[in-house]
Amino acid sequence: MTDISVGLDPRATLLHVDDLHVEFRTRDGVAKAVNGASFYLNPGETLAILGESGCGKSVTAQAVMGILDSPPGHVTGGRVLYRGVDLLQLAEKDRRQFRANRIAMIFQDALSALNPVYTVGFQLAELFRKHRGMSRAAAKVKAIELLDQVRIPAAKERINDYPHQFSGGMRQRVMIAMALALDPEVLIADEPTTALDVTVQAQIMGLLAELQHQRNMGLILITHDMGVVADVADRISVMYAGKIVEEAPVYDIYARPAHPYTKALLESIPRLDHKGRELNVIRGLPPSLTDIPQGCAFHPRCGYARDICRMDQEPPAYQIAAHRIARCHFIREVLGV
Amino acid sequence: MFRYIVRRLLQMVLTFFGATFIVYALMFAVQDDPIQALVGERPITASQRAALTERYHLGDNFFAQYWYYMKGLLTGDFGTSMTNRKVADMLADAWPVTLRLSLMAIVIAATIAILAGVVSAIRRGSIFDNATLVVTLIVLAMPIVVIAPLAQLVFGIKLGWFPVTAGKDASLWQLLLPAGVLASLVVATELRVTRASVAENLRADYVRTARAKGLTGARVIGVHVLRNSLIPVITLIGVDLGALMSGAIVTEKVFNIPGVGFNLFRGIRTEDGPLVVGFVSVLVIVFLVVNLIVDLLYAALDPRIRYE
Repeated sequence: MTDISVGLDPRATLLHVDDLHVEFRTRDGVAKAVNGASFYLNPGETLAILGESGCGKSVTAQAVMGILDSPPGHVTGGRVLYRGVDLLQLAEKDRRQFRANRIAMIFQDALSALNPVYTVGFQLAELFRKHRGMSRAAAKVKAIELLDQVRIPAAKERINDYPHQFSGGMRQRVMIAMALALDPEVLIADEPTTALDVTVQAQIMGLLAELQHQRNMGLILITHDMGVVADVADRISVMYAGKIVEEAPVYDIYARPAHPYTKALLESIPRLDHKGRELNVIRGLPPSLTDIPQGCAFHPRCGYARDICRMDQEPPAYQIAAHRIARCHFIREVLGV
Repeated sequence: MFRYIVRRLLQMVLTFFGATFIVYALMFAVQDDPIQALVGERPITASQRAALTERYHLGDNFFAQYWYYMKGLLTGDFGTSMTNRKVADMLADAWPVTLRLSLMAIVIAATIAILAGVVSAIRRGSIFDNATLVVTLIVLAMPIVVIAPLAQLVFGIKLGWFPVTAGKDASLWQLLLPAGVLASLVVATELRVTRASVAENLRADYVRTARAKGLTGARVIGVHVLRNSLIPVITLIGVDLGALMSGAIVTEKVFNIPGVGFNLFRGIRTEDGPLVVGFVSVLVIVFLVVNLIVDLLYAALDPRIRYE
């Protein structure tokens, strides 16, 4: 096994995704799923990537993990820097060492994300056996420990159960245990609570936050649920048509969104004090990824749009404050200053 | 589980009686003059004819004949063939040969189908994938009555790679060509099912998880995808046994292998009722038992399936 710590710079940013481009080449044409997404993540920090279905957030996560379905998916540009090492430049066999060891991922639907024909014990122990070279017995002990850590009752017995014998919440705990098995420094959670009911959602988010705090782990939370984000995220990146259109600390974004899309998203959340009024919606649909509008991709749905938005040049990333960026020509208007 | 097996065994009894009854009725219906068929072209005296008629209950009506037959069968007496040999002895001679032949065919078919199916599923749209598609279509389109003599002619006689016929006490080497012919009956569907199943499972979420776990490609395919993909293939292999048995009739005849199919072929031609019904009865039992085993295997492979 090659030593994966070679070349890593402990002073460099934990994870820095720079101008990432991903496209899917299908018979119906080229779908540009990610078009220059950039973000960074520090240890112990939670970054939420927020966006509608099909905005490219899951694809971004898969590209960072290196588990894109390829073909049809291709990373066509950019860098994924982990402690200064560009993962996209690594050979598959070196890249593989980063998965689960350094960057781990949990998925939306734990029932389909776990292999139905193997026990959860086997699927957990597999990590220790294949990455750490442990014996079956030693790996099983570690697997039980992990199930205990994610607070699955009677872990010793449940280790021999199959995924379908667990409830939804318990299954997601198993997923979390699997992701944290090898003590990764980055955890990517792709809609981890979408398939769960609300009370269980809160438990799972609580557990994630707690484990993250214990391990000082960087967490990328991919979601379309602004309610989930508000409680746990430190920073938010809002994604639209494969691009980060706004990035800001969580408080700022809720208080004063700088991008019309963010603003529209916030206004479309049902609120108690809006009772009796019609709910705001964002008109239109997200653009087809095979035919993204010129200029600012959001302009056909935007109330602020003017001629400049429809030009060839997309709006640049304007720096608003120390950690705030928005891609809109009319930031001042949106912010109301 | 136990209750399930008992229930299945009871169902098998019904199926067995139903199947033997139908086969017996069919043999009875096509019987023209079995005695003349037995003696061939030679003339037969009236007294000889009377004795044979008496011996095989040919003078009685259908239900009486069936009754005599089943009475014998249930007491372990398969009766006597029109050739005057005990059907039980003939079964004991024929089954080991056919068993060997069909096991070889199953192994050959499954090996080719699973290997080629997995590769073409992983490399969808590649030259290999398209080539297997064309080959499987050709094999599917050719009936065994064409493949068997053609293979014998090409590989046995023209090229001389394999022995032309196998005969009694055939070695594994002699059985290889007939087993290959037999395998060609089922290999195409098994391959297509494997390919479809692997292709479907490759897109499954749990494969993404396995890759996110940093496992090697070989382990993702060999451990995670394969176990899931083989569930329908195993079922199909069990069902294919029926096709192999019917294919054995032609194959054993062409390659002169004195197995179950060979005897059945002769029995049908000579209107040998006891022989045909005896052999088919055992075939029915084998088929039923294999299907039960396949169903139980299904539960062993897929933990989500539980039999009550």
